[in-house]
Amino acid sequence: MAAIDPIIMFFALGLLAGLLRSELRLPAAVYELVSMLLLLAIGLKGGVELAKQPFTTLLPQMLVVAAMGIGLSLIAFPVLKTIGRLSRADSASIAAHYGSVSVGTYAVAAAFLLSRQIPFEEHMPLLLVTLEIPAILVGILLARGVSKDMPLGPVMHEVLLGKSIVLLVGGLVIGWVAGADGLTTIKPLFFDLFYGILALFLLEMGLVTATQFGSLRRSGAFLLAFGVGMPLFSSVVGSLLGWILGLSVGGTAMLAVMAASASYIAVPAAMRVSVPEANPTLSLAAALGVTFPFNVTVGIPLYYAIAARVHTMLGG
Amino acid sequence: MEDHRRKLVTVVTEAVLEGTLAKDVERLGAHGFTITEARGSGSRGVRMSEWSPSRNIRLEVVCDAATADAISSHLAEKYYADYAMIVYVSDVVVLRPHKF
Repeated sequence: MAAIDPIIMFFALGLLAGLLRSELRLPAAVYELVSMLLLLAIGLKGGVELAKQPFTTLLPQMLVVAAMGIGLSLIAFPVLKTIGRLSRADSASIAAHYGSVSVGTYAVAAAFLLSRQIPFEEHMPLLLVTLEIPAILVGILLARGVSKDMPLGPVMHEVLLGKSIVLLVGGLVIGWVAGADGLTTIKPLFFDLFYGILALFLLEMGLVTATQFGSLRRSGAFLLAFGVGMPLFSSVVGSLLGWILGLSVGGTAMLAVMAASASYIAVPAAMRVSVPEANPTLSLAAALGVTFPFNVTVGIPLYYAIAARVHTMLGG
Repeated sequence: MEDHRRKLVTVVTEAVLEGTLAKDVERLGAHGFTITEARGSGSRGVRMSEWSPSRNIRLEVVCDAATADAISSHLAEKYYADYAMIVYVSDVVVLRPHKF
């Protein structure tokens, strides 16, 4: 059986334990360590491959991915505001969540493809980093409008120097400078143990997702529908862009997954500081209560199928 | 005879505000502060300790009455509307009044 299945079962275990109100809790420090290891492993792997590619070929891809992040937020905003009848601040905040990316979902997708020996471009982590930030800026602009006294300083400081970016970019740089040979000493921790660490991560994510179900029930059907519908739409956008950029089927699938994922760490923190009127329970219920479990169980295999279909239909 | 009485301002709020609050209280005249991790539940829902978007902090400042008033009103004005926060002020007696 492919290695992905036990990992998803850890998620299901955490979810079940949470719903049944088990006393199970991952200590906070353990969760922090596990996420740090995942972020570094993803960065290191990507960095090793970066040395083989001239930066000039990667820059257009990064720009397209950034534009995708901006575009997806701009599409989500009116849907949330007009159809969902959410406040301007809430709509902007949720739009920012869905235009950004979830590293956890990325890790599960990478494991999914790796376990099936489906190759994908190794510089994906660079695109992952690129997708994190633009949507946050769009969210802030949508919530506030363009005004002179917009104190973006503290928010940008927190986002750019937050854990995710620092570890991903740091991992990329270290992997790039050290190369594959330089990393052999630390390979056992970051690469060999990747699946096990991911399993622990998903156990915690299951527990946390269970806590969101309460607020989800109160938030109503629209958020549920949006939490499934928006990722589906975004995955198609991501697949098409992946094909246009000339990525492999695996790479297109990864881009589709990144497009469909919603941030639940970096963006909530940024929104809390820059758009405080937005209700954090709402955005977390959507991103964590609906989209993350959907993506991790049904979404990733589905988006891979969409990516493969796009390639066969459009050729290449 | 020195007056050893001071006020203790306790703020329990979302962990995201830690940096901002530290700057705020120092600007308003606090000579220092202490932060501890907290979790709990209130009108804005349950705050868990192991999930970072949902962590709380308890920030304590020992200061004179005027500073305590300045801090409380500033916090109420700036943060009460949008953030999960409670502020309470109590009377304390300190050993070294010149530090506060």
